[in-house]
Amino acid sequence: MNAVLIAIALVTLGAAAVAMTLRNLIHSALLLIASWAGVAAFYLWAGAEFVAFAEVLVYVGAVSMVVLFAVLLTRRSRDDLTVASDSARRAFSGFITGGAVCGVLFGAVIASPMGVMSSPTPTVTVRQIGTQLMGTHAASLLIVGVILTVALLGAIVIASADRKDNSEDTP
Amino acid sequence: MIAAVTTDAFLERAPVLLRDAVTGFLPEPWHTLVNALIAIALILGIFGTLFAFITLAERKILGRVQNRPGPNRAPIPFLNVRFFGLSQPFADGVKALTKEDVVPRDADHVLHYLAPVALLAFSILTFAVIPYGKHLVPVELDAAVLYFFAAGAATELAVFMAGWGSRNKYSLLAAMRALAQLISYELPLLLSWVPVVLIAGTLSTTAIVEAQAGWKFGFIPHWHVFTPWGFAGFVIFMVAALAESNRSPFDTPEAESELIAGHLTEYSGFKYALFFMAEYFGMLALSGMAITLFLGGWRAPLPFLEFIPSYVWFGGKLIVMILGFIWIRATFPRLRIDQLTRFAWKFLVPLTLINLGNAAFWSLTFHWTGPLQIVRWAVGIVLVIGPFVVMGRKLSAGVAPRTYRYA
Repeated sequence: MNAVLIAIALVTLGAAAVAMTLRNLIHSALLLIASWAGVAAFYLWAGAEFVAFAEVLVYVGAVSMVVLFAVLLTRRSRDDLTVASDSARRAFSGFITGGAVCGVLFGAVIASPMGVMSSPTPTVTVRQIGTQLMGTHAASLLIVGVILTVALLGAIVIASADRKDNSEDTP
Repeated sequence: MIAAVTTDAFLERAPVLLRDAVTGFLPEPWHTLVNALIAIALILGIFGTLFAFITLAERKILGRVQNRPGPNRAPIPFLNVRFFGLSQPFADGVKALTKEDVVPRDADHVLHYLAPVALLAFSILTFAVIPYGKHLVPVELDAAVLYFFAAGAATELAVFMAGWGSRNKYSLLAAMRALAQLISYELPLLLSWVPVVLIAGTLSTTAIVEAQAGWKFGFIPHWHVFTPWGFAGFVIFMVAALAESNRSPFDTPEAESELIAGHLTEYSGFKYALFFMAEYFGMLALSGMAITLFLGGWRAPLPFLEFIPSYVWFGGKLIVMILGFIWIRATFPRLRIDQLTRFAWKFLVPLTLINLGNAAFWSLTFHWTGPLQIVRWAVGIVLVIGPFVVMGRKLSAGVAPRTYRYA
């Protein structure tokens, strides 16, 4: 079982690492998607079926599209896709920022009380997750929904420009 | 696959008995593995053959619709009998296999190669959770419906890889269109089956088929399509499924009159055939899921027809659905990309949301009896037809009916 976990971890981290080193943005984006798929495989390995499928559906299916769209729409030409490595200063500041984020996350993970696994892994059905989400955690679900809606509306407001309808649309 | 219950008719149990007879020769630990391999081989074999003959049926039916005979020349080998050109798929297969595989010099070779493989792999994955018969479910999952759509959502990624990797402006345009189409139609597709999950109370395909058992008044099956919300959900699901499988009238990613062949432009030989295979597999899988969610799965439509085995009913429904797809392709002209996205966002998404409310009302009024039943049905039907008429008029206001002026 552990061999599977190590293989999944290697694929996930390897894809992410190669994605960072590649100079071609599309290749990086596709490898990032592969990394997300690896995370989904990890959830599957851990027995969290529902989360795994949701991860594939949302990240591999939808967020990937947004990433690719953004890359394609913000580059002027195909040659523009390859990003040259910038100054050492920029690389250094990037390293510092990434290291800080990594440190905060690791600190949070290590500091949180984990509790020793005493009982065997509980089998949680989708129905139980659903009742939990709709019952005890309904408020947090609603808040997440509101935040996402606000973000979406903000994106529309920023992106929309006052344009008249295309003349082709009117008879 | 589940073990057969001995109370069922012989034909119903036949596939499982046959499989057990084959695996019976092997030692016990091998059974699960061999059973899974048999299921995979059967799915690939049956759907591969079905794909071959659907291409022929599609070409022949499209031909008949356009008042021409369609392919009818391929003879049976060595006999030289034509027999309606039934060997056409095999001739096509040999041709695709022996054709030169042309790859553009400046193409992204890895992505160009990987795209058809990924597309086909993801389309085949979706077949795993569909209940083909009472005892014929390849993989039983608690979140089967979610798995199905998760596997299906990754196919457009392959279309993008093909379009971008070809280094061809038509292919790239097609890739962008494919992305826009996916983002637009993923939402109504996913929202249209949520009412089914709401009513059935489960994400498992077997349990959803189980929830559609029985008949009202002895002859109207309890299929979800025969309820107001189910009918609306089914129609929206089919429209979104057409768009997701890049079928006409939503085939803008490969629109051959505008983009040569879109993401298929730089593909030839067997890779081209793989794309078509994946498209038909996607169509078959989505039809199978529509049957499972709305059309009662493998259940017989009438009580006295139950002696016919369940897998025959599933196959029959599947073929009817495919013929419907072909009919739609022969009938409707292709939409423009802006019409397509507007249709999804301004019409289908609000309709699915209203339909979700409709299903919630249906489930809350589950205990209503007598005259209240009529109220329940009336409210349900009004909630389907009302928004459809109002939003349909708003959507076409100022655009349709078009007036054409000819020189």
